[in-house]
Amino acid sequence: MAKSIAIIGDSESIKGFGAVGMELFICDEPAMAPQLLGQLTQEDYYAIIYMTEEVFSACAKERERFTERPTPALIPLPGVRGNTGLGQKRLSSFVEQAVGSDILFKKN
Amino acid sequence: MDIMNVNPTRMQMSKLKKQLITAKRGHKMLKDKRDELMRQFIELVQENKRLRDKVEAALSECTAHFVNAGAVMSKQSLDSSLMSSQQQTGVEVGSKNIMSVDVPVFSSVSSSPDKGDIFPYGFAFTSFELDDAVLSLNALLPDLIRLAEIEKSCELMAAEIERTRRRVNSLEHVMIPRYEATIKYIAMKLEENDRSSRTRLMKVKDMLLAKAHHWDS
Repeated sequence: MAKSIAIIGDSESIKGFGAVGMELFICDEPAMAPQLLGQLTQEDYYAIIYMTEEVFSACAKERERFTERPTPALIPLPGVRGNTGLGQKRLSSFVEQAVGSDILFKKN
Repeated sequence: MDIMNVNPTRMQMSKLKKQLITAKRGHKMLKDKRDELMRQFIELVQENKRLRDKVEAALSECTAHFVNAGAVMSKQSLDSSLMSSQQQTGVEVGSKNIMSVDVPVFSSVSSSPDKGDIFPYGFAFTSFELDDAVLSLNALLPDLIRLAEIEKSCELMAAEIERTRRRVNSLEHVMIPRYEATIKYIAMKLEENDRSSRTRLMKVKDMLLAKAHHWDS
């Protein structure tokens, strides 16, 4: 069964994604994001949930539930306020978790 | 190395020896699993990095287009242009097994009435910047979905590698040395018992002989 793609973030950052067929969930206040994510993940309806970096960092606790599950995939994307490097840091944290130290992306 | 709390008997020793063989075999297999997982993980994470760089660069370009469109159009008309989407994008979720880790495979399913016409608005009252933004975002969609798939796979594999690494380390540095120490302890204890019973027998034999033949020892 095909599942949907959702995107959570401030209206400025995500409005374009509606044009390509994603479901938009506008959340201008990052503090409300964990609640919204909880609602979206109540049923296994979304396979991928993109989030702006602010929302992604606000939902750190909520996200823990999904680290061991194949869906939904929670993916941070940079918003209009620019790239904070969160996505790259997340990659480094994967390498660190797997190898013990970040041997691939660490810049000296 | 501390030893287990076991009775020093032959029975226990042969049981422990069997367990040690199993532990060693398990250790070897887990080590192989860890190495292969690591190899695949490194490949995947490098692709992830490449894809993320690409997506982030393209997204910032898209955002710039949207900002430009917002500058020449009113907010209301921009919002209403993007409000009603022509297409509905979803993903078919499959699953792939990489060294016992179930990772998702996403294949995009798009339901649009006309593949050539992705724009949810008419061209008459909108800026060309908006067309560029929507076009580039639409072109980016497969990469976005692939990024989600790879990033989720990396997340799941990193957790599995961590678990396997801990198991390998615990077998290598705790379980196996403990088994070996316990087996050695039992072997020494048995030898010691053997020696003490032998000397006791020799002593008894001497005593019996002395008694029978009135020998002075």
